Amino acid sequence: CVFVVPEFPGLGHSGGGSTLLGYIGIDTIIEQMRKKTMKAGFDFNIMIVGHSGLGKSTLVNTLFKSQVSRWSSGWGSEHKIPKTVEIKAVSHVIEEGGVKMKLTVIDTPGFGDQINNENCWDPISKYINEQYEKFLKEEVNIARKKRIPDTRVHCCLYFISPTGHSLRQLDIEFMKHLSRVVNIIPVIAKSDTMTLDEKNEFKHRVRKELETHGIEYYPQNEFDDDMEDKNENDKIRETMPFAVVGSDKEFQVNGKRVLGRKTAWGVVEVENPNHCEFALLRDFLIRSHLQDLKEVTHNIHYETYRARRLNDNGGLHPISANNTQESNL
Amino acid sequence: GMDAIMLQEKLVERLLCPRVRTSRQKEKQYVGFATLPNQVHRKSVKKGFDFTLMVAGESGMGKSTLVNSLFLTDLYKDRKLLNAEERINQTVEIIKHTVDIEEKGVKLKLTIVDTPGFGDAVNNNECWKPITDYIDQQFEQYFRDESGLNRKNIQDNRVHCCLYFIPPFGHGLRPVDVEFMKALHEKVNVVPLIAKADCLTPSEIKKLKDRVRDEIERFGIKVYQFPECDSDEDEEFKQLDKELKECCPFAVIGSNTVVEARGQRVRGRLYPWGIVEVENQSHCDFVKLRNILIRSHMHDLKDVTCDMHYENYRAQCIQDMTSKLTQDNRMESPIPMLPLPTPDVETDRLIKMKDEELARMQDMLNKMQQQIHDGKDQ
Repeated sequence: CVFVVPEFPGLGHSGGGSTLLGYIGIDTIIEQMRKKTMKAGFDFNIMIVGHSGLGKSTLVNTLFKSQVSRWSSGWGSEHKIPKTVEIKAVSHVIEEGGVKMKLTVIDTPGFGDQINNENCWDPISKYINEQYEKFLKEEVNIARKKRIPDTRVHCCLYFISPTGHSLRQLDIEFMKHLSRVVNIIPVIAKSDTMTLDEKNEFKHRVRKELETHGIEYYPQNEFDDDMEDKNENDKIRETMPFAVVGSDKEFQVNGKRVLGRKTAWGVVEVENPNHCEFALLRDFLIRSHLQDLKEVTHNIHYETYRARRLNDNGGLHPISANNTQESNL
Repeated sequence: GMDAIMLQEKLVERLLCPRVRTSRQKEKQYVGFATLPNQVHRKSVKKGFDFTLMVAGESGMGKSTLVNSLFLTDLYKDRKLLNAEERINQTVEIIKHTVDIEEKGVKLKLTIVDTPGFGDAVNNNECWKPITDYIDQQFEQYFRDESGLNRKNIQDNRVHCCLYFIPPFGHGLRPVDVEFMKALHEKVNVVPLIAKADCLTPSEIKKLKDRVRDEIERFGIKVYQFPECDSDEDEEFKQLDKELKECCPFAVIGSNTVVEARGQRVRGRLYPWGIVEVENQSHCDFVKLRNILIRSHMHDLKDVTCDMHYENYRAQCIQDMTSKLTQDNRMESPIPMLPLPTPDVETDRLIKMKDEELARMQDMLNKMQQQIHDGKDQ
């Protein structure tokens, strides 16, 4: 075996003669963990919010390169606007590189589509809290599951209309009410209606408005763990909200097949960073911050909910003799 | 396989660097969530790991030496050994040593729980009680913390594994061995070892192991079971796994000294008749033990502790709380759920103050780092 000089262990070397340097092997715990997590698989729950017609379903399908939203195709299907905001969750198991992910897309049809949209975020807020409650109940159970099924919303993609002017009142109200309860990632939908300059100005204005209203979108400043995180996240925060375009159609461009939208004046390439920020969103959401989204949900949003519940209850909950009370809530 | 993961790691890195114009052709097929294990791993490396190992057995079984050999530390250098007279009235103590070890960028906070005095008295009745009490106390502490309001900085002191040293001199398990293991087997992962195995010949070792294995089964002692091998592992791995399981209990030797053997410097023991090498697999099972404990099953030992031993404790605890109340006939009255007896207001205030102070310090540190960073640019 190969002897590798380790970093000095805490207590240093003794005078007692045990000066043999060697390799303990604690770094292998990473591999042990990886094996276990791979076996267990991952869950990810993403909610999409925005008024109808902003391309939400198409974007989510594009992100995950599968038909994961409610609608299996674009225009042909019926898009009836419901009378109230509905919550529709659809799950798929997708696999890549040996990693299995159960992806749940939670759609919110009816949001922002009514004449009077007051409090239209209430059903959404209720849904999110219901998932926290479900998790909490399972957690306090006597015989609780080894892996508590996680239906909590890890990320809420909020679609901003590409008006080019500013955020709408509804946008602000929604994000104000929900940014403290769930991770919100605002995106500018259908951004192919804006030129580069218009895009940049719009983004700048949106960021300012969010700041003015004290709305912290993900990744939130206050949860940066250390300098490394802060630097990485600062860069991302300054580029957000990402201006995206979604598409499930392919076209030939310069001999390559690309996902895009074909117009009379050219093809908008979804994955071309010069055309839109879809690739940035995807890399950010999936390739670098997926796990962090879950952790912030679990360690912060869920804990906040739990603490509030415990406090509200006065920490007490009556039980009756007839209940074979399993829950210790 | 590996290529895919390496490619995806590169992609993650690219996000962190200024935008580089490269061909995204290859990435077309990838969504990219195959990087998830890497994302999880990155956070764990940052956080570091912890592991609590208990060692139990009579004095002089080589426990300390073995621990030093396993973790290449010297935790006991200032120890004063007691003589028999001094030990007459010694009761079983629980002594914790904590050491931070870092290797290849991975940080491990290792806690060794020593149990001096165990089995040393004339009358060893229930000498394991302080030990089971200790284990229970850690569970209880964790239960309180986990049920409390502020769960941000929970310290996990639960014992993940107990190495039990069986003397090589006898003919198998003694009554105290059986009773001890039975007192602990439902509270902690018990890994029995045959200590100081260099006083036995290979055939004696085999006989002793067979005997001990037999008695373990006969007395219904539930020692730590290695999980089954995945069906998709290769044959070589499966064979190794089988050999490992058939080798229990491990016959171990430890050493704090370095000797010269076969032209190399190794940990070993120098006898007139030869040199015993700790890491020589034909001499003893030290390497197998180290591999199990550290290189392949550390994570599983922790998992079994959390998912089984702790959950059993917790369920029992809640049931006891519930039945106590129904016994008292106060059926309608509320169960004090959580948090359990709260720390007083004063402690809470102190904790809050500390938290704020820490936040201020972190802030200052950030500012200083930023200044240094800016200074560098000039």
